[in-house]
This record gives sequence, structure tokens and C-alpha cells, in this order.
Amino acid sequence: MIRVRALRKHYQVHERPPGVAGALRSLFHRTYKAVAAVDGIDFDIAASERVGFLGPNGAGKTTTLKVLSGLLHPTSGEVSVDGHEPRRRDDAFLQKIMLVLGQKQQLLWDLPPSDTFELNRAVYGVPRDEYAATLRELTELLELGDLVRKPARTLSLGERMKCELAAALIHRPKVLFLDEPTIGLDVSMQATVRGFVERYNQRYGATILLTSHYMEDVQRLCPRVIVIDKGKLVYDGALEALVARIRPDKRVVLRFTRPVDRADLADLGTVVRHGAGDTVLDVHKDAVNRVVTQALARLPVADLTVENPPLEEVMSELFARGHAEPSP
Amino acid sequence: MSVARSIRAFPTLLRVGAYEALAYRGEMLVWILATTMPLVMLALWSAVARDAPVGRYTEAGFVAYFLATFVVRQLTGAWVFYTMNFEVRTGALSMRLLRPVHPLLAYTAESLASMPLRVAVSVPIAAVSLAIVGTGAVTHDPWIWLAWAVSVAGAWLLSLFVNFIVGCTAFFAESSVKFMDAWLVFYFVLSGYLVPIDLFPPAVRAALEWLPFRYLLGFPVELMTGALSRGDAAALLARQWAWVVVGLGGTSLMWRRGLRRFAAYGG
Repeated sequence: MIRVRALRKHYQVHERPPGVAGALRSLFHRTYKAVAAVDGIDFDIAASERVGFLGPNGAGKTTTLKVLSGLLHPTSGEVSVDGHEPRRRDDAFLQKIMLVLGQKQQLLWDLPPSDTFELNRAVYGVPRDEYAATLRELTELLELGDLVRKPARTLSLGERMKCELAAALIHRPKVLFLDEPTIGLDVSMQATVRGFVERYNQRYGATILLTSHYMEDVQRLCPRVIVIDKGKLVYDGALEALVARIRPDKRVVLRFTRPVDRADLADLGTVVRHGAGDTVLDVHKDAVNRVVTQALARLPVADLTVENPPLEEVMSELFARGHAEPSP
Repeated sequence: MSVARSIRAFPTLLRVGAYEALAYRGEMLVWILATTMPLVMLALWSAVARDAPVGRYTEAGFVAYFLATFVVRQLTGAWVFYTMNFEVRTGALSMRLLRPVHPLLAYTAESLASMPLRVAVSVPIAAVSLAIVGTGAVTHDPWIWLAWAVSVAGAWLLSLFVNFIVGCTAFFAESSVKFMDAWLVFYFVLSGYLVPIDLFPPAVRAALEWLPFRYLLGFPVELMTGALSRGDAAALLARQWAWVVVGLGGTSLMWRRGLRRFAAYGG
């Protein structure tokens, strides 16, 4: 469905020294610096896949999504989305894709979202009966209710994002690029959006490429992740495998019926947090069975859970290592 | 972009544009009423002509000219470059580029959608003007009125293309506002907006026949006030539409070149 080969996108960025002298100097002599936002990445994504596209700020994620959706012309390399060359932005391509930018809006600011929906129905040439059915479904899944009749500017951020998603999906795109779709939303609204994206993927078999700084989004939605940093591919594979490779430890959470001394835990693993009634340990995955057995045998354990370490920590460690580890 | 799809979507683009124009109705009305420079010029030139005609213009002649200027300006004005400049600079153009309708067509629809409101303001002013200056101040030749209608369409298109070309400079420079300011200086002086073109020296008048400014405003005004013969009207109409074609070509070139440089900032 999506094929990317040796993709590069370089920007010419004007550099100006600070202060009045710098401003005056730049009036007569401008210096430009080439910035490699994306620097030779390759990947393939199959139809119906849900892939998380991760990286720190400025890694090149959004630039890649914009190239894939035809907004930016690549500096070099080959990009194909369902057989189309995105930069040509032909009708058939635009009919199949949609890019939702969490920090940009397509809703008409002073009009109710229903007017943007109607506009999209017309520009995408969606038949009226199909439009009515899609709108009914989106209204139900996203719990839009009366929101569609209020001017967009009066909606809360979460309400607006739900309407943005609905506007983006009026034409039922086969490929959905989501750039930070849950940014700034409260926990419950994040869950609503995540649930909706998952159902949309299952129902229509849509291919989804998602960037998010909320690891909960990635864990819930993306069995596979592609990680880029400084424009280069750092990892492409299963999320589980990434976690296992970067942090082979498991996180053992113990809750006790009475306080336990920290010294009694030292031989079980690395103590991450030690409180009066609970303790969090990092334990190598090969030692988990032994540690669980020992803990249950000699400590007043009320509850015990074994988890993967938080994805945020995994990603921090991955970025700290830079490009040391090639992708498989 | 498919032409057929764009044509099918155009009525909806117009309708939604009209909703937006109505959402900003207060602001737009103030803006329309604020474009009263021709009325200021009317007062000024009428005072000058009170004692003796200036060129072929008597006091009543200036009244007719500048009221016609006000009406034509309302019917031919386009200001989409502000929106383009903002959207290119902030990256908001991205959302238009994702839709399978050409963004310039969408801008065109938005510009056209404000027309009913402008007509609603212009018609009463035109009616009052006619009552003041009498029907003798406008042409009675139906062919000249037909040429006027075509020239108003040409002036609007030319104005739209100028807006597109200037708006596209935002792809290359940090802002297109100063380019428009520079253009407007020439426009105000050379289009007949502040001074009727036939008051310029002959050499300037001859040059203006080959430049676009007169065709944006002065030419339709001259048709309306009966200042041109059928033969002159036809020749100038041909030149106006040649400029429309040049404007279309310039727009196409600037848009294609600019889009390659679009950085889609933000988001």
C-alpha cells in the first residue's frame, strides 16, 4: 500500500543572527542552511496495517506524513501510496487519503461543522445516500450529537477534534495519516478517539499511519512501529520486539499487606519505587519467574502484576542511544 | 484536478462561501462602506470643477464618474490575497491541498460568494446616484451596456488574478502584503480610481492603454458613463481580455512554481 525508498526532504532555512545588527546584516546578506528533515528512509506498509510513526520533536515524522499526503515535494527518493505518486496530487489519490493534523483544522471556523461536512461531500463527490449513512455512523461512533450545529469556534478542543475526524472521513479514505490526533485532549477524549480510529480501521480495512507523543495511543493502536530520529530510520518492527530489545527488563509491581523494608527487596531486582504499601521493581525477563516465586514465598504480597516498562521510558532510552542500533 | 468534479462542487463552494460572508456580514458591511475613496474624490473634484470644467468634466460629470467608480469597484474588487498570504505563511493551505478541488477555484468561489452582499450595497447607491445625476449621466447604448457587463467580468477576473499572483509571492518571500501595497500605489494612481484617466497627459494615456491598470476600473467606468464609442469599446475590451489571459498565465506559473516551494509549516 505504502512504499518509501531513500526518501529525502531537505529545507533551505534562513539563518539570522539575533539583535538589530543581525537584522540589518540579513537585509543585505542572507545565509541559508540546508536542514535534512528526512534523510534517506525506507519502509513499506501493507494495506489495513496500523503503524505508529515515532520520534522526538523535529525527527521528521510530520514532514514524512506531509510528503506521503502530497503536501510536500520530496527532495529525492521514491514514494508510492496505493500506486500513486503523492506529489502529483491527482484526484484518485486525494480521494483515497486523508491527513489529520492535530494542530491544524479544516473545519470552517465560523460555521457549524455540518457545513464543512457538506462542503467535503461536494468536493469528494460522495453520493447523498452514502453521505447520510456515513454521517449517521460517524455521529454515533464519535457521539457528535448537537455539536455539528454549533459554530466550530465555540467547540472545545476535544469536541473540535471529534468533528475534525468526522470531516476527514466523510469520503471514507483508505489511507489515514494521523499526526498527533489526541494532542491536548483529556484522557477520556483520548480514549474515545483511539477507540474510534481502531473501529474505523477494522470496519473499512483502512491503512493507518499515526504519530503521537502519547504512548498510550501507540500501545493501543499500533502493533508495528517505525521510529525515526534526526531524519533517519532507527527502528522498524513490532512494538513488543522494540520494547524487549531496548528494555529486556519486566516491571514487577508488588502491593503488600504491611510495610516491607527496602533491604528485603534488594536481591529481587532494581527498585524503581518503594513506598509504604507498594514497590516497583525492574527485573530481567529471564529472572521474572524466580523473582515472583521468591516474592510470594517470603513477602506479605497482597497483589502482584508483571508489566512491560512504560513505552515512554523505552523511547527515551532509544533516542538517548541515537543511531547505535540498526533496524532489523 | 478534474474539471467536471470542480464544476459539480462549485455551487456548494459558493453556498458555503456565502454562509461565511453572512457570518462576517457586519465586518463586510463596514469594509464595503469603508471603501468610500471614490466618494471622497467626488467631493474633491466636484469642488474643483465648480467654477469651470476640468477637461471634459463638469461638476455633474465628476459626480457621475466617481459614483460609477464606487459601483464598479464594489463589483470588481477581490481581496483573496490576504487569505492566501495567511494560509501560505501558516501552512493552513495544507488543508485545501488535501481536497480534490483546486485551491484557486475554492478561493474564486469564496471571492464570488461575497458578491451578493456587495451588489446589495451597490444597487441602492447606484439608484440614488441616478436620481441625483439623472439618467443622462450614463450611456443609453445597449451595446455599450453589454460591453460594460463583459468589462466588469474582465475587471473582476483581472483583479482576482492579480490577487493570486501577489498571493503566490508568499511562497517565495516571507509575506506578500508589501507586494500588494506596492501594487496598490500604481493601481490607485493609474486605474482611474483617484483621477479620471483622460485627465492625464496624452503620453501617459497612450501608455495606460497598454498597461493593465485602466482595465481594472477606469475602462468599465468610462463605458458606464458613455465616454467611449462602440469602436473604442471593442478595441479596449480586446486589450482587457488579453490582460485577463496574461493574468491567467501568470497565476498558473506562479502557483506551480510556488507550490514546489511550499513548506507546509505548522502541524
